[in-house]
Amino acid sequence: MNGFLAILLKEASHIRRQPSTLFFTFIIPVFEMLIFGYAIDTSVENTPTVVFDACRTRESRELVEALVNSRSFRVVAEAFTHHEYEHAVISGQAKVAVAIPPDFSQKLLTQKEASVQVLIDGSDSQVATAALHSSILLGLNRSIARAKVYAEAQQAAVARDPAGRATLPIDIRPRLLYNPNLESAHFFVPGLIGIIMQVVTLFLTSLAVVREREAGTLEQLFVTPVGRVGLMLGKIVPYAVLGFVETLVVLTVMVFVFQVPIRGDLLLLMPLSILFLLTALGMGLLISTVARTQLEALQFAFMIMLPSFLLSGFVFPRESMPEPIYWLGYAIPVTYFLEILRGIILRAAEWNDLVPHIRGLAVCCVVLLTLSVTRFRKQLD
Amino acid sequence: MTDAPVVIDVRQLSRRFGAKTVVDALSLQVPQSAVFGFLGPNGSGKTTLIRMLCGVLRPTSGGATVLGCDVVADPEQVKRSIGYMSQKFSLYADLSVEENLDFYGRIYGLPRATLRRRKSELLDLVTMHDFQRQLAGTLSGGWKQRLALACALIHEPRMLFLDEPTAGIDPVARRDLWDLLFELAGRGVTLFVTTHYMDEAERCTHVGYIHLGKLIVCGRPEQLKAMPEVTPAGTRRVEVRCSNPSAALPLLRGSGGVRDVTLFGDALHLVVEHTVTHDALLARVQGTCAHLSAQDIDPSLEDVFVALSRRYSLKESAA
Repeated sequence: MNGFLAILLKEASHIRRQPSTLFFTFIIPVFEMLIFGYAIDTSVENTPTVVFDACRTRESRELVEALVNSRSFRVVAEAFTHHEYEHAVISGQAKVAVAIPPDFSQKLLTQKEASVQVLIDGSDSQVATAALHSSILLGLNRSIARAKVYAEAQQAAVARDPAGRATLPIDIRPRLLYNPNLESAHFFVPGLIGIIMQVVTLFLTSLAVVREREAGTLEQLFVTPVGRVGLMLGKIVPYAVLGFVETLVVLTVMVFVFQVPIRGDLLLLMPLSILFLLTALGMGLLISTVARTQLEALQFAFMIMLPSFLLSGFVFPRESMPEPIYWLGYAIPVTYFLEILRGIILRAAEWNDLVPHIRGLAVCCVVLLTLSVTRFRKQLD
Repeated sequence: MTDAPVVIDVRQLSRRFGAKTVVDALSLQVPQSAVFGFLGPNGSGKTTLIRMLCGVLRPTSGGATVLGCDVVADPEQVKRSIGYMSQKFSLYADLSVEENLDFYGRIYGLPRATLRRRKSELLDLVTMHDFQRQLAGTLSGGWKQRLALACALIHEPRMLFLDEPTAGIDPVARRDLWDLLFELAGRGVTLFVTTHYMDEAERCTHVGYIHLGKLIVCGRPEQLKAMPEVTPAGTRRVEVRCSNPSAALPLLRGSGGVRDVTLFGDALHLVVEHTVTHDALLARVQGTCAHLSAQDIDPSLEDVFVALSRRYSLKESAA
């Protein structure tokens, strides 16, 4: 612990002299949150659609209306020839093209099967899947509506509700918990807090040590009796404090700007955030024992950031990843912290619910800090 | 070497980097209060030796004690009692002069009152009281070195290692820094200084010359100058001054009784046999140069190092 206070005070002076550190810590994360929170909306609505209505009857118009009312589709143009209809998708003007054949209503009225062609641009799988489901659902709904009318006319029904009206035999009643309006912000913003905390602490600590290595001051420090642990903790603590204040700032923005309330216990979230901060700082220190220059440190930091973004479940659900990748996610500390953040903020999860994740995070923390302290030597080689 | 106690004792110290031996079975002793000048070409192993003596680089073999502490077994104890100033400016540019001193004082765990007293003493010593609040990065080269010296002295070390402390600073600052070093030596601090400058070496109480990791020679300057290898028996050193020394050089080299000729600025240094008189030498270059004069001289340290490295290279190539 020798020299801990000396290093701590010195780092504080560095931070004071370099306001860009504070800008990087407090302003950039808020920008990031606004960008991610507002710009990323994973719910697919209003897919641009072209309609080629070759039938032009009441039935065909009803179908188009139902299409628009579903909110999944937005009619951007009408096609009048087969060529126009196909070209709308090729040119990218529309992602979906619907063709209603000339005999559509005639077939319906004569109780024959009428088919409607729907072309979907499959290149964006998320949009395409949504369009596919919406169009199939639309067909089903319209069919059932017609079937009901027909059944009533026949005085028959597959099932009846208590009031005696014809209805469907199976009634699915889904209830959305925690995020009833399916707002993307509820999913993204808590996760983003973990990512932002990691970015800031990882970069700040790794640079703080490597900068000294580059400037030659680290060599000078090695010649002093400063203790290894004192040196490392002196480097970590100021940035841990910055990271913690930053956490409070982004949590405040989350609650008051994005209206994502913290349902769970803030007093549980705080110590776990500190545990995660220490883990991220440990990663930063580990980088600094490997990297010789600031550029190298930045490259290593980016190398760690990418899997933290993609494999931790921040953007893409881990459940749908191939098995080896899914397990790889457990080697990334932020994976555990995202579970903890979403658990506490969205689902009011308690300590008992989060034990496996807390355990995982604690293991990461101990391993990383031990590794970086043992790797860090007061020797030149 | 002298009666003063030995404060640096190096025994058969070696360091290899991969296949390259940078310091090769080097042994030397430095007595207390010495100003030990350590010379040698670039890449000869000076910095590597200093780093090993400061306990930041592990020797491959051999050992050394500094102030009685073993640098291999107890490097941290060594670090407590020495000061180190590297060739590169290695203070915090974005901290003020005072903050840099404070930082090093705290690193060495000085109590608050001691730190205040030492700061004031050191600012006196390096005459930097007026710069206290200035950021270290904005100081000029010479002042940066003085601050670095002050920081290295904050804990009152009995031993100070300086790795090319005057590299890249102007002559006046260089002289001032050396005056400071002698003042420290007068107070009983032992100094181990590497340098490229011969005039600096001449001022040292002891000098050592390292070549390709091997210590070729080590001792007091006057002892070295008296070595028979430098001025062999039956010869003496003569300085010939003339208007065009580079034209005179080939005329003298290899002529009768002349063992060696070296160009020294606007003069020639010769090693000649006792039988050759000044007039005989001057007569040989009469036609090419004007303003001729000749006088007997003592060998300079540069003469010593040139003579010894030449002999050493001959021995090496023979072996």
